[in-house]
Amino acid sequence: MVVKIQVNNLNCWFKNTQVIKSLFLSILEHEILGIIGPANSGKTTFLRCLNRLNDLNPHFKSKGEILKDGRNINTIKLETLRQEIGMVFAMPISLPMSIYDNITYGAKQHGIKNKKELSGIVEESLVKASLWDEVKGRLDQPALQLSGGQQQRLCIARTLAVQPEVILFDEPCSGLDPISTAKVEETMINLKDKYTIVLVTNNVKQAARVSSRIAFFLMGELVEIDTANDIFVKPSDRRTEDYITGRFG
Amino acid sequence: MKKIFTFIKDFLIERIIFLCGILAIIFVFLIFLFLLNQGISFFGAYSLWDFLGGKFWYPASDPPQFGILSLVIGSLFVTIQAALISIPLGVMTALFIAEIAPPVIKDILKSVVELLAAIPSVVIGFIGMITLVPLVRKLFNIPTGLSSFSGALMLAFMAMPTIVSISEDAIRSVPWSYKEGAIALGATRWQTMYRIILPASLPGIMGAVMLGMGRVIGETMAVMMITGNAAHIPSSVFDPVRTMTATIAAEMGETVKGSTHYHSLFAIGLVLFIITFIINFIADTFMRKTRR
Repeated sequence: MVVKIQVNNLNCWFKNTQVIKSLFLSILEHEILGIIGPANSGKTTFLRCLNRLNDLNPHFKSKGEILKDGRNINTIKLETLRQEIGMVFAMPISLPMSIYDNITYGAKQHGIKNKKELSGIVEESLVKASLWDEVKGRLDQPALQLSGGQQQRLCIARTLAVQPEVILFDEPCSGLDPISTAKVEETMINLKDKYTIVLVTNNVKQAARVSSRIAFFLMGELVEIDTANDIFVKPSDRRTEDYITGRFG
Repeated sequence: MKKIFTFIKDFLIERIIFLCGILAIIFVFLIFLFLLNQGISFFGAYSLWDFLGGKFWYPASDPPQFGILSLVIGSLFVTIQAALISIPLGVMTALFIAEIAPPVIKDILKSVVELLAAIPSVVIGFIGMITLVPLVRKLFNIPTGLSSFSGALMLAFMAMPTIVSISEDAIRSVPWSYKEGAIALGATRWQTMYRIILPASLPGIMGAVMLGMGRVIGETMAVMMITGNAAHIPSSVFDPVRTMTATIAAEMGETVKGSTHYHSLFAIGLVLFIITFIINFIADTFMRKTRR
């Protein structure tokens, strides 16, 4: 297995509060790494370290290194990094424009201008995000008219349109109904062959359904990382067992 | 007994608040009625078409001519120039304050810009008259610096605070998640601003611009002091112009109460009222759209 992202001794602070403590972790190519843990365990902060989105917060500090394909992400141009490592947020953020423009938005700013090429990208991304059949007749309509689940898949399509290598999902189903959740999960599993996926979720069962490996975070520390099977059948740490059986968190 | 007292108190307070709210509407309505009443009697003595379409404003000649076309054009000409200067400047300042400036500079800049609104227009006019007017005359080598261009520069200054502070509110109310979404796709700061933040806040910015323009077209003192007050249709930006507001202010003191000239000034006021009403109405429509 090829290591896609290697995290070495990562420590993060917001003001003076340490939110991630000496984290070592590798993310393998073409896996879905599920990250579970109670609130305030540093899951989302970790995710946002990977595309350096935390840098927008002036109170954020970090130490340690994150290597993508063996290269420190701090040496990669910010825009390139965020294009290669895409992100899907908890709340679907459709931009206030048409479905078509939502998807071409990212592609355009990375320099693709050809209309035909753009249309191709739109269709391909929507098909991959399992949304094409539902919207193909109304690409010119405002994206904000779509349902929550459709908007979330639109966000996935938008992320795919800039041709990322890694996709970060930050609790992508927290605001969705069970049927939309099932569709988004199905989409993630379909994407696994071509992309590396990191999924932060509060839903332990969801992590079990889609992840190849699962990492359990607690108070900013990585307690345990293992295949989904092992973590659920024979967790090696007591705290992991307590969490997944619902005794706390 | 105590209950009845509470009831009466509630009732009274409610009525007083209602009265305060309704007063503004009553005042606007009364002002409109008054203008209409005074203005309409002018049209008994002078034709509406000659008034609106006439090029010459010679109230003292015999027979007098009350054509406001040159005044309307004067007002619009100055307003358009002021718009061309203040809109880009104002919107960019707002963008800088809301998106780029570090917190300290942001606070300072915002309060300074708002302070600009507190300077009385006669002071701005005075400063313009002794500094800007000679400068414009020398710089462009024209016979007089008292021109629509000088007036527009000063008016642009006066419209800035309105445009900046309302645009800045509109820009700041763009959801943080939009920005984050764009940045996560690899957009640069400028791409995010240009493609996401500006379009999303456009209705609010339009509203700000309209309110700023409402202020410009209604401004009197500064334009009266700076624009030269020649009632003719300008052929270049360096020509002097006379605006509707300046005409009213300059001539009101010289007219005989109840004369045709006196009523004609109210008729101008009526035209001005209708123009600003339309501008405010458009602004309001845009602002409502943002809030949704």
